[in-house]
Amino acid sequence: MTELLQRMIRKPQGVIGLTLLVALAILCLLGPWLAPYGPEKMDFLGRFRAPGWQNWLGADQFGRDVLSRLLSGARATVPMALAATLAGSAIGAVIGIGSAYLGGKSDEAIMRTNDAVMAIPGLLMALLLVSTLGNGAGNAVVAIALAFAPGMARVTRSVALAVRNQDYVKAAVARGEAAAHVIFREMLPNVMGPIIIEATIRVSFAVMLFATLSFLGLGAQPPASEWGLMVADARQYMHRAPWILIAPSAAIALSAIAFNLVGDALRDALNPRDDR
Amino acid sequence: MSFAWLLRRLLLMIYTVAIVCVLVFAITQALPADAAQTLLGENASPEALAAVRTRLGLDDPVWLQFVHWVARAVSGNFGVSMRTGLPVAPEMLTALSRSLLLAAGSLALTLLVAVPMGMFAALRQGRVADTATSVIAYLGVSLPEFVTATVLALLLTDIVPWLPATGYVSPLENIGLALRHLALPVLTVSVILVAHVMRMMRSETLDVLQSDYVRAARLKGLPERTVLVRHVMRNALLPVITIVALDVGYLLGGIIVIEEIFAIPGIGRALMIAITTRDLPSIQAGAMIMATTYAITNTLADVVYALLDRRIRYD
Repeated sequence: MTELLQRMIRKPQGVIGLTLLVALAILCLLGPWLAPYGPEKMDFLGRFRAPGWQNWLGADQFGRDVLSRLLSGARATVPMALAATLAGSAIGAVIGIGSAYLGGKSDEAIMRTNDAVMAIPGLLMALLLVSTLGNGAGNAVVAIALAFAPGMARVTRSVALAVRNQDYVKAAVARGEAAAHVIFREMLPNVMGPIIIEATIRVSFAVMLFATLSFLGLGAQPPASEWGLMVADARQYMHRAPWILIAPSAAIALSAIAFNLVGDALRDALNPRDDR
Repeated sequence: MSFAWLLRRLLLMIYTVAIVCVLVFAITQALPADAAQTLLGENASPEALAAVRTRLGLDDPVWLQFVHWVARAVSGNFGVSMRTGLPVAPEMLTALSRSLLLAAGSLALTLLVAVPMGMFAALRQGRVADTATSVIAYLGVSLPEFVTATVLALLLTDIVPWLPATGYVSPLENIGLALRHLALPVLTVSVILVAHVMRMMRSETLDVLQSDYVRAARLKGLPERTVLVRHVMRNALLPVITIVALDVGYLLGGIIVIEEIFAIPGIGRALMIAITTRDLPSIQAGAMIMATTYAITNTLADVVYALLDRRIRYD
């Protein structure tokens, strides 16, 4: 574990990514306590106040402190993306490994169907699912998870195919172990590496997708200080008070970049041969 | 490329569309909306509701409804919009043509910028220019479309006053005005695609630069320009085509947000309106048209790739 960390911080990208990630974790855990004001505390004298010593990142159309909203909004955004990615990866991993385990015609059928499901663009799939499940943060998470599953299944299956032909898996099948045992105890541990790398990079897509759904009014609902929702609210005032718009946009971008960088660093650290 | 391969690829495409049919129908079936109620309003009498349900076939078993729906969809009939009362399919296809205009413009701009930029970064590997371009690429892929769109609109409409922030004008009516309206959306979509395509082009160019035939071309004494254009670019472009085709899928998703922000009456916006008003036939038609477009572009990309690269033999 420490060796992996050392490898990840060999490049500046890894250092930046990990630093951003730690900062993000602190925000999610301690955000509301670090905030100078309450996220919904209005101040009508301070409407559209420019960034300054009173409101470090300025105030919005109700005089609410942008920094405080950003800090308490972290936990309305990042954990949701994490949960969606985790669930999607889990579903995808089970489909992918299961398909590789079955092999032959069933594998072909499962993967062709999987490819077909992937033909629906992620955002479209998420939109359709949210429209069925109803608006809301929880339903958005479910929709993103389901939209991610086919992609994860394909990645997992390609790794699992190689593992399927390893002697220890063949031995387990020959011993007459149950399918669940072979899939979860023999194959899963050996495909975890690539799954984790892919999932880490996908968290950044999940952050963006979740914010997009909220932006479109289908995810988190007002008065939540979810970041995508903050951008949507700020748009009509963008010429008058650009800081309300820029602060949450930057927060979304930085979180997406953090997971992207860490994912890339993980991949480099686990593939020592590839120097590019 | 053998005939058998082509046939298999086509069958795969049809299978894809069939699965999408099942999914779209299943999802819209589960929608908590009663079509008859939506059509007649809240105060409809039970008898009228029952009559409409019978007419629309809502009392039939689900599988029969599915068969009827597919049979009509295949002939291009997706029913009548619950919002406007007009047939859905022609409306959606018009919307699609506007979206395709936006997509084509963005793809063209992307390739024009990303291909030279990626090659340039590869030739300057590890130097400042390379680092700068990869930082830009990182930013491009890490910003959601709605952020890129709003920030670009914020910056550019202030600097360039004649650039309209939203709206759409048909190029058949007024080509100048149409291009002006398309400028911001095309730019936004391109920013994201450039990042993606450029990264791919850079890594492909690096691969090709190390190949024997490039070394041979150089040793032969060919001018650097010829080596780069005839040998490096040609070979590096090949895999990029596949990535671009995959990006079309992304493009169709991203276009939903872009059209919503810039108020372009394309298929993405039509679908958003359909979803918020729970207009079932429009949702079904929009989703089917988008997914089918993607399946077709993917197949085309595979075929083009196989035609261009004679080394690939699929059986």
